[in-house]
Amino acid sequence: MTEEITVLPLRIDLVIDACLLAGRIMIESGSEMYRVEDTITHIAHNAGVENSVVYTTPTGLFFGIKGETVSELRQVNQRTINLEKVQRVNTLSRQFAEKKIDLEQLHDALEKTDRDTPFFPFWLQVISAMVVSATLMILFSGVYDWNDLVITGIIGGAGYIANYYVNKWTRVKFLSEFVASLTVGLLAYAATRINLGQSMNNILIGAIMPLVPGVPLTNSIRDMFAGHLLTGTVRAIEAVLTACAIGTGIGLVFRFFF
Amino acid sequence: MNIWLQLLIQTLFSYLATMAFAICINIPRRALNACGLCGTAGWLAYWCLYQIGSGRMVANVAGSLVLGIMGLYFARTKKMPAILFNIPGIVPLVPGATAYQAVYEMVLGSVDKAIMYTFRVLLVAGAIAVGFMLTSLLSEIATYLRTKRSRSL
Repeated sequence: MTEEITVLPLRIDLVIDACLLAGRIMIESGSEMYRVEDTITHIAHNAGVENSVVYTTPTGLFFGIKGETVSELRQVNQRTINLEKVQRVNTLSRQFAEKKIDLEQLHDALEKTDRDTPFFPFWLQVISAMVVSATLMILFSGVYDWNDLVITGIIGGAGYIANYYVNKWTRVKFLSEFVASLTVGLLAYAATRINLGQSMNNILIGAIMPLVPGVPLTNSIRDMFAGHLLTGTVRAIEAVLTACAIGTGIGLVFRFFF
Repeated sequence: MNIWLQLLIQTLFSYLATMAFAICINIPRRALNACGLCGTAGWLAYWCLYQIGSGRMVANVAGSLVLGIMGLYFARTKKMPAILFNIPGIVPLVPGATAYQAVYEMVLGSVDKAIMYTFRVLLVAGAIAVGFMLTSLLSEIATYLRTKRSRSL
């Protein structure tokens, strides 16, 4: 307890910054909220700050120390799913708890994680999206429809590519999902027209799977069960809006071609 | 089709689907295989129960329960957050196909069918969440028993 009184102001700054940085990375990468709060509290505790207060929302987080006149906040501007970052922050927090790295090293490593965490190469992601589409088409449709396997994979991969590039070019949210599902719908229609595919429904069910926000939807319900009502609501709305964007894209195709 | 052949296809395809989705959301390399196993276990639990006629909700709860327990196990052995194994693992279970059907019916104008499918999406999502809730309850009981035993020793 005596340590706590003798913490230098300079170090408190570093502790707060490290905590907020870790929290921001985790929220941006799609971690659960209780894990974010746990990690921040642990980092603060291991740095010698016993009475920290954390408040997290999907769009920003606060960190303060009870009894001190410091509290800071950070904005969270982007929300993606990148679980390698969550895992790295988790490992760093563990290493810090075991005193393998000190506070400066932790802070530097967090900044490095934020800047350059490697992603799988884009071609591998596209191939994965193709595999996801093709296999889930078989699992979901329930009929073992081998004729449409390859074309579903190709259309799913095309949808993923469209989603990726539109996301890169524009900052309008939900536009990328709309364009991607429109692409998927048009390609599926074209494929069934020229007899490359047979069942348009099955192709569509498979090919939109890499885009469907089933994961955020389920996660939001988990957050609500964990008591994070605000996070749960916000994530649910994001999931519903994404689903609407996909639905609009597919719906347009149905509207004009049937 | 032969039931064993179906089982083989379901196993193989759920493994592939989970692992491929794990690559799309950038799971660390050394967790990929474990992700695939989690997804397969969850999907097989769901599929087998659904085949013997347990109904959709029970099958979904069981699927996510099995998946959550596998996730906890891998989280312990590999020292990684359990969410790494859970998020790709639920991909075969999430009601994507039903959500698609809801949109399809909505666009074609049959609102009552669309509402039915939307409702089913919500119920399935809730069932998956209940499965995960049961998992975290089990993990709390396990931790409690372990601390109690170590204290009594």
